[in-house]
Amino acid sequence: MDLFKILKQLSETPSPSGFEGTISQTIQDLWAPYTDEIITDRLGSVIAVKKGNGPEPRPRILLAAHMDEIGLMVNQIVEKHGNGFLRITNLGGIDVRQLYAQRVLVHATGPQAPDSPLPGIISAVPSSWLPDSRQSNAYEMNDFFVDTGLSYENLQQQVTIGDYVTFDQELQSLMGSVAAGKSIDNRASVTAVTATLHELQNRLHHWDVVAVATVQEETRLLGAYTTAFSQKPDAALAIDVTFANAPGTSGGPLPLFDLGTCVPLGLGVNVHPGILNALQEAAKELELKTELDLHGRASGTDAYGIQVARAGVPTGLVGLPIRYMHTVVETIDTRDIGRAGRLMAQFITNLDETFLDKLADSMLADTA
Amino acid sequence: MNELLQQLTEAVGVSGAEHEVRALIRDLIADHVDEWHVDTMGNLFALKKGTGESDLRVMVDAHMDEIGMLVTQIDRDGSLNFLNIGGINDRTLPGKVVQIGAKKIRGVIGLKAIHLSRTSERRSVPRADSLRIDIGASKKESVRKVNVGDRVAFVSEYREMGDIAMGKAFDDRAGCAVLVELLRGEPFPFDLHAVFSVQEEVGLRGAEVAAYAVKPDVALVLECTPALDIPYDEDVSTNLSLGQGPGVYVMDAYTFHDPRLVAHILKTGEKEGLPVQIRQPGGGGTNAGAIQRATGPTPTVTIGLPGRYAHTPNMMISLQDYANMVKLADASLRGLTRDVIQTD
Repeated sequence: MDLFKILKQLSETPSPSGFEGTISQTIQDLWAPYTDEIITDRLGSVIAVKKGNGPEPRPRILLAAHMDEIGLMVNQIVEKHGNGFLRITNLGGIDVRQLYAQRVLVHATGPQAPDSPLPGIISAVPSSWLPDSRQSNAYEMNDFFVDTGLSYENLQQQVTIGDYVTFDQELQSLMGSVAAGKSIDNRASVTAVTATLHELQNRLHHWDVVAVATVQEETRLLGAYTTAFSQKPDAALAIDVTFANAPGTSGGPLPLFDLGTCVPLGLGVNVHPGILNALQEAAKELELKTELDLHGRASGTDAYGIQVARAGVPTGLVGLPIRYMHTVVETIDTRDIGRAGRLMAQFITNLDETFLDKLADSMLADTA
Repeated sequence: MNELLQQLTEAVGVSGAEHEVRALIRDLIADHVDEWHVDTMGNLFALKKGTGESDLRVMVDAHMDEIGMLVTQIDRDGSLNFLNIGGINDRTLPGKVVQIGAKKIRGVIGLKAIHLSRTSERRSVPRADSLRIDIGASKKESVRKVNVGDRVAFVSEYREMGDIAMGKAFDDRAGCAVLVELLRGEPFPFDLHAVFSVQEEVGLRGAEVAAYAVKPDVALVLECTPALDIPYDEDVSTNLSLGQGPGVYVMDAYTFHDPRLVAHILKTGEKEGLPVQIRQPGGGGTNAGAIQRATGPTPTVTIGLPGRYAHTPNMMISLQDYANMVKLADASLRGLTRDVIQTD
């Protein structure tokens, strides 16, 4: 399976939080050949089920990867010398330090909107125009505007307040298996789930596998809460990107990960220790190296929402190390995606009728 | 699609390493000029012989170089330290895709994840010396693929949308494109000495020696000039406005552009029915600053194509402005006689 090609398609698909329709279609097409049924729920999350081989009623393992990406939204159309410009606000945790001089696509929905998105450039007034007190300060969101080159009159006809804006960035192939681009967070995890589903084609597994691509993680973890509720899983894995070592990251309190060396597994309050243990066992069987990805409070992933659905869901967290998270040059080693995919497939293959009892027992043990 | 602009802006030629652009322009003009040669700094000279009507020596300049970076060191983790070349604001760097050296190795300029950054870091401009270029390689691989001293350019695809073109390096490949079009046209009354100059972005250095070599009676500089007609509450100088025609310079930080030539260009625009803006006097500068003093007093003037977001990977121009600039430069040259620069 060509992971770079799948990642490229997913990464370049424009779909920020709240506007997952486009990426949803791409994922449905991608997962349909590997699953038995596929639906989208009322909030837009994609839910695909691959039936297990065990006797009914079968337990269900949820694989959750969010499909939304950070983006921007038009919040004002302004005029200067007859030219039109768009003021913008953020969808999710945009790093404003990397917005200047980026190319974007405005997904225009005005009465005379063009068939394809409007290309634009994010800019701001020259920093020399800013007061002395701001010379060493980064631009703020209010400083930026998107320029499409259209007149104010035309822009008003084409664009509506609330239209979303995405980054116009091709996935770059760097050295070896390293790739850089936008929305690796979290399309890399969607790619990993695809690899898992592909791997499971040749395996027997007792449990039903419910693969979900969740909506609105970057804003409210909305899809995690709602799909974990509706799908009533017996256990779950959230798959999300985590922090790789990169220029400037040394000296922090957390161990980070080198690209291409390991599968980070979450350890912390959002993770059931028994699930972590089962993931580690599966990794040993595959001779895959894992590392612990530690979180003290919220993990900042779908695991946080899934864990507390209904009466609680034992949840694990599988990580993909990336550099420069929440920039348009998020950088990943695509080999890590394949490893995480295989690890999840092995973990799922190992799930049997006794797994849930063992999980329950593990909570009564003296030590984790 | 304007292929000339596409080819010229997508080519790489950071100051001091203009090779690719020079070879491209040589190929574009070779069949249309009588002679061409390259000097020790890398300036490309082309002579287009005139009809013989006039013995004026006329030099037309456009600079080939673009802003970029220089690889200075390969770090232990395989990432690359760099210096800026030309007037790059550090605010431009994070989150950009770049190409390194003659092999155009792809890299990215990352930024430590916002989640790992302190509030004070998130609110400050990341300085170039704290940033690295990442080619996705270990130190060993990086050393094999990249040389200290390699030039680095932004990656930016040329794109058109109606009257608008977006891309990198319109400053000054747009000027180069205009000059190529002039050379491809009919002969002028005088010999036209075209100079595609190097190292403008680092202090107008190529044009200085080129002007000395040509010793022109009169010189015209073709530039791409910041258009600042963008939203801002204060009433500040817009410099030039996009879509309002090419701009003629009057005064900048280096030069009083020759008033007789300014008047000639404005008159030509009026006669030909071409829109011309007067570039608002103020700071900035063009190769005119070097040319007018390189070989004794030389009447010099600049025509600038309005371009938004100069010195970034993503500039914007109007194709109508570009077409009008070709016409304005052509007509102004054809109407240029010794009388225009006559001192009474």
